[in-house]
Amino acid sequence: MLRRRINRLLGRDERRADSRTINVGHRTGTSNEAIIPAKFCDNRIVSAKYTVWNFLPKNLFEQFRRIANFYFLIIFLVQVIVDTPTSPVTSGIPLFFVITVTAIKQGYEDWLRHKADNEVNKYPVTVLEDGLRIRKESEKIKVGDVVEVEEDETFPCDLILLQSCRDDDTCFVTTASLDGESNHKTHYTVPDIEKDLDSLNATIECEQPQPDLYKFVGRMHLYTNNQDPAVRSLGPENLLLKGATLKNTQRIFGVAVYTGMETKMALNYQGKSQKRSAVEKSINAFLLVYLCILVSKALVCTTLKYVWQGKPGQDEPWYNEKTQKEKDTNLYLKMFTDFLSFMVLFNFIIPVSMYVTVEMQKFLGSYFITWDQDFFDPEIEEGALVNTSDLNEELGQVEYVFTDKTGTLTQNNMEFIECCIDGFQYRYQDANSEVDGPCVTDGPLNKLQQKAGREREELFLRALCLCHTVQVKESTERSQDQVDGLTDGVDGLGVDGEGIHPPQEQIGLIASSPDEVALVKGAMRYGFTFLGLESKTMKIRNRNNDVEMYELLHVLNFDPVRRRMSVIVRAKSGDTILFCKGADSSIFPRVRQEEVENIRMHVERNAKEGYRTLCVAYKCLSAEEYNQADKGLKEARLALQDREERLMAVYNQLETGMSLIGATAVEDRLQEEAAETMEALQGAGMKDAPPAKAGVTRSWSSSNQDFGFIIDGATLSMVLNPSTESNAKLYKSLFLQICQNCTAVLCCRMAPLQKAQIVKMVKNSKGSPITLSIGDGANDVSMILEAHVGIGIKGKEGRQAVRNSDYAIPKLMHLKKLLLAHGHLYYVRIAHLVQYFFYKNLCFILPQFLYQFFCGYSQQPLYGAVYLTMYNICFTSMPILAYSLLEQHICIQDLLDNATLYRVIAKNAMLRWRPFLYWTLLGVFHGLLFFFGVRFLFSNPALQDNGQVFGNWSYGTIVFTVLVLTVTLKLALDTRHWTWINHFVIWGSLAFYVFFSFLWGGTIWPFLSQQRLYFVFANMLSSVSAWLVIILLVLLSLLPEILLVVFRKTHSPNTRQLSDGRLLQTSRINQFL
Amino acid sequence: MMASSYSAKDEDGHITVTGPGGAALRSKKPENTAFKQQRLPAWQPILTAGTVLPAFFIIGLIFIPIGIGLFVTSNNIREFEIDYTGVDESSPCFNCSQNFSWNSTQPCTCSIPFSLEQSYENNVFMYYGLSNFYQNHRRYVKSRDDSQLNGHLGSLKPSKECEPYAKHENKPIAPCGAIANSMFNDTLELFYNDPNGTKILIPLRATGIAWWTDKHVKFGNPGDGLNLTAEFQGTTKPVNWRKPVYELDSDPLNNGFINEDFIVWMRTAALPTFRKLYRIISRKDNMVPTLLRGNYTLEVVYNYPVRSFEGRKRMILSTISWMGGKNPFLGIAYITVGSVCFFLGVVLLLIHHKYGNRNNSADISN
Repeated sequence: MLRRRINRLLGRDERRADSRTINVGHRTGTSNEAIIPAKFCDNRIVSAKYTVWNFLPKNLFEQFRRIANFYFLIIFLVQVIVDTPTSPVTSGIPLFFVITVTAIKQGYEDWLRHKADNEVNKYPVTVLEDGLRIRKESEKIKVGDVVEVEEDETFPCDLILLQSCRDDDTCFVTTASLDGESNHKTHYTVPDIEKDLDSLNATIECEQPQPDLYKFVGRMHLYTNNQDPAVRSLGPENLLLKGATLKNTQRIFGVAVYTGMETKMALNYQGKSQKRSAVEKSINAFLLVYLCILVSKALVCTTLKYVWQGKPGQDEPWYNEKTQKEKDTNLYLKMFTDFLSFMVLFNFIIPVSMYVTVEMQKFLGSYFITWDQDFFDPEIEEGALVNTSDLNEELGQVEYVFTDKTGTLTQNNMEFIECCIDGFQYRYQDANSEVDGPCVTDGPLNKLQQKAGREREELFLRALCLCHTVQVKESTERSQDQVDGLTDGVDGLGVDGEGIHPPQEQIGLIASSPDEVALVKGAMRYGFTFLGLESKTMKIRNRNNDVEMYELLHVLNFDPVRRRMSVIVRAKSGDTILFCKGADSSIFPRVRQEEVENIRMHVERNAKEGYRTLCVAYKCLSAEEYNQADKGLKEARLALQDREERLMAVYNQLETGMSLIGATAVEDRLQEEAAETMEALQGAGMKDAPPAKAGVTRSWSSSNQDFGFIIDGATLSMVLNPSTESNAKLYKSLFLQICQNCTAVLCCRMAPLQKAQIVKMVKNSKGSPITLSIGDGANDVSMILEAHVGIGIKGKEGRQAVRNSDYAIPKLMHLKKLLLAHGHLYYVRIAHLVQYFFYKNLCFILPQFLYQFFCGYSQQPLYGAVYLTMYNICFTSMPILAYSLLEQHICIQDLLDNATLYRVIAKNAMLRWRPFLYWTLLGVFHGLLFFFGVRFLFSNPALQDNGQVFGNWSYGTIVFTVLVLTVTLKLALDTRHWTWINHFVIWGSLAFYVFFSFLWGGTIWPFLSQQRLYFVFANMLSSVSAWLVIILLVLLSLLPEILLVVFRKTHSPNTRQLSDGRLLQTSRINQFL
Repeated sequence: MMASSYSAKDEDGHITVTGPGGAALRSKKPENTAFKQQRLPAWQPILTAGTVLPAFFIIGLIFIPIGIGLFVTSNNIREFEIDYTGVDESSPCFNCSQNFSWNSTQPCTCSIPFSLEQSYENNVFMYYGLSNFYQNHRRYVKSRDDSQLNGHLGSLKPSKECEPYAKHENKPIAPCGAIANSMFNDTLELFYNDPNGTKILIPLRATGIAWWTDKHVKFGNPGDGLNLTAEFQGTTKPVNWRKPVYELDSDPLNNGFINEDFIVWMRTAALPTFRKLYRIISRKDNMVPTLLRGNYTLEVVYNYPVRSFEGRKRMILSTISWMGGKNPFLGIAYITVGSVCFFLGVVLLLIHHKYGNRNNSADISN
């Protein structure tokens, strides 16, 4: 990290230039001698943080940068420096333990990173040097090296494609590991490059490294013998990114332009925004309260101490004189050190171990998600994935669910349903019976059994066949790739649906979106088969089994802003035609209006039914028009600056005045149990807002009679970004109100950023509800990152969503169990864990505080030092950890069956101030009881039947024994799910306490300066009174608890839901059910 | 505020290693074990009025008798307490308490007459009690050297904790520290005033008053303990002591560090008002009570000043039962708790009957 920062800094200082110049193959040609080869960083990837040498200092520094650790360090240092009641060891050991464990964990993770780095850095690559192929380690690649990459290898650095072994000077790559898109992308070689790379003499001028994967601007100067250098434009289609994999191409050669930490992949390593769960926020709030308690306790004691000392004879009685040093100390300094000493004495109220336990609980607990068999999807052979364990409990708090439609709610298995040509509906009925000739079925319109003209039909189908970027997979590799597609689940995206289609359609089609494949296949059913693209010629077989050839002149790529794509082709006849397909909203304004009405009706009906609709239009270009367009496009593509904008302008100019031919409807089936899942979530009081491209209401509105609300992207952008600032707030709040009063809100045709905007808006609305986003594609990433909890579906659109998510599940239906069961349980577990921890430390420290009133505010600890240290580490830590991992206060099946139970814990119900107050009062009650119970017993310290008396350590030990028993049994009372582990741990830790106390008290420990607890415990057990008081106090402490539970139960069986869910029932249920 | 920055996350832009089981679980079906699927067989107790009711009755039924037993036992313990500080002018020890000086060579004695209304049957334990004496003050509690007390005079260098009672006139103090230095040194003697006028000295046993383990393990004399004077050569007595530690008792088994008075004193009391076992009056004859009812005189050699810190000194005579000394607290507490439980049991029973068994709903314990 540091290195990278420095690199960046240096880079900025050294080369302020906007571009870099690279000599291809390090050859200094005749005309470019002037260029001094700049120094670029090597191709080493360093993702590891530490080296062997800096691990210790750096790791320690980072750990102590955290406030909690720093706090404990300060406490420790105070203990070392100031004369404090407890030895530094008592807080040193836990701190050391925590620091060591964290250091080991981080060291291990860093070791893994080192390993991964090494794997990448030492990977052998072939570099062309002076005509020789040399094997090198990947990290030795320098900018300007010509690198050879073979099929299925990943590119070792960012390369400009110079030569491909494919005839058409292209190569295919997948960028699954970069942006998650697993479709094959075509990249092009720089045009007009000599076949013999050894004699190639060229320089590349390109921009400085920047992280945007889809932007690259560069220029290549080709020097051929004594001619003027030729210039070729370089764009992202020429750039092969490190991390991408070469597919379908045997071998390519490329020149390295960005290496190592300057590659786009490395620049894209950015930390995910850190999400904090509501529980964590609660913990922080509670901590603050406890810190206040701690400080006020220390203040009270310090003040009282000086008041007490003011009385004559108290401060320094003859039997207890101060040392000379103490006498000499300045009064105020002494007050201050006294305050610090009290802080140290009471610091156990904020225990280090809580952080450790919470971390462990989260870390270990998240295994239950990955282990859950119900999340296992046999199709992709994968279960759930946990990317962060910090948010486990947040799964139990979700109020708003934002789901992407395509691929999440639906299977992303596109099927061509119908099309409409000139307002006539064509519905494809059965794939097996009808193969040739469109079948016309009943439309809702009056034009039953009517057909559009044959010419229009064929034009439409040709448009479908031509206007796409689908590629036909080469037959030799097809069979193998199909196997890949089945096992890998990622690779074979383009060929989805193949298995279910009749054999004659089994042509491997590769496309960036399954829609396109569906459309091409749809056209195929009507007799037009796309045969492939060969050196800029598209071949299709028409209904008469003739092969038609079209020269592909330009592809105006799809982008989410334009929401359409076009191709310009030249038919055999010489006509130049532009075919365009896109979303209705982007096509309608660009065609003749009189054509729109017919088709609009179909589109809207289809959209309402939940189909994905696309409109198809065309335009004949005259030679003059074409030439102008051609020129414009080429110019724009060569531009180094503002290339995108200029291209866009040309596109927009071209795609006007078209004539509409028809529209298509593609169905995307709902995921298994999607409707059930959504219903269950609604039952749990959650709200769904699928900001997807089209409505899916059809599927679940049938089941419940709610108000739905549909809004599309364009409208939304007007709502969110209105022209006048004054309206902005009004619109937003109005929109929010509408949304919150509907059960489901559908937001159609949204850009990724808009999805995130919606999430953000809801997130920041009143009451800051917890949001969950679920999606499967790269376009959902922004929304996944924005929401409190981001869930990725291991769907067909690659791994981008999964990578950026907090949790990944194979199917939408798994969301139900993830939230209703796992989320609920995790929340209850951790909430209880947190409350319990605060409670047990409050009643641990309170007696010690009270004892100050009886020992002259001298900071005398009540408990032996070893008890102070071990209390949180050994005696009481395991039962709560076991509880927080295993507790099922309601069994999983009930949680799933009864979605309303989810509401019981909504709005952080168990960590609000009321339960916190309850626990705190309980802690105070217990603390008071322990202390004063024993205090009254000690009004006569002769507690043994031989008349001998007990001292202060016996006092502390009795209190401590009561304490350990009570807090453990309190947990036992709260445990509703006693597995053998709970039994083992609860009874085990009590037994351990007894055993340890005997052992500790039974030996003279040579390393201790004072044998304070020597035989104290054993003597305590020999006293009947001590036994009786222990039994009495433990029972008395637990009695109110038992009573409360029983009374609550007896009075109303549904108290739980009534008391905790009251808030919900008034607001939420009315609104959302 | 604290946890916020605690959790172990990567704070900067590094790829985090995948969470639990990330890559390892790929294309591998999770194991179908009861533990991993959270299906461990479990006992699921639910507290209801029905289950708790008997418990309440049982607790009530057990606690009340115990309480009564304790109460009666405590009441049967004979205890007599007399304050001999000498605060009032009328008090026999007033002079001693007024004229106290550390340097006086002449011991001040006073005798306090008292009478016991009842005879004390079994063994009688004689305690001295101090009030407003902070033996539990931190500076005081730690001011000792257990290694020294165990007989390791070491290199004659007492622990630093003993300051300012570690050295005197450049010689290490044995035993060092504030606790030892302030050892209670009043001598208490008890006389029975025979109705016919003679004062009979009541024999007091000075052993068996300290914890066995303290006397035999924790405390030990240096060397073989035979020639203590020689062993303590080079050390000096605590400043406030009148005689060195090796002259505490004539009995070699109760001398030096293992003197039981000393050991008892070294076990610091829990509260500023405390009592410590001083002597035991053993019962000699089964037929005669240990202490007859009648008049007694307590002869005090008044060495221990407490007036400077408003302290009090007491002498306590007490018999002991199986539960220790007299303390009505436990008995009352047991009776109260037992009764409350019983009462609650009745209330619960009523409620239980009234509302019936509608306790099926699951419960989250908050």
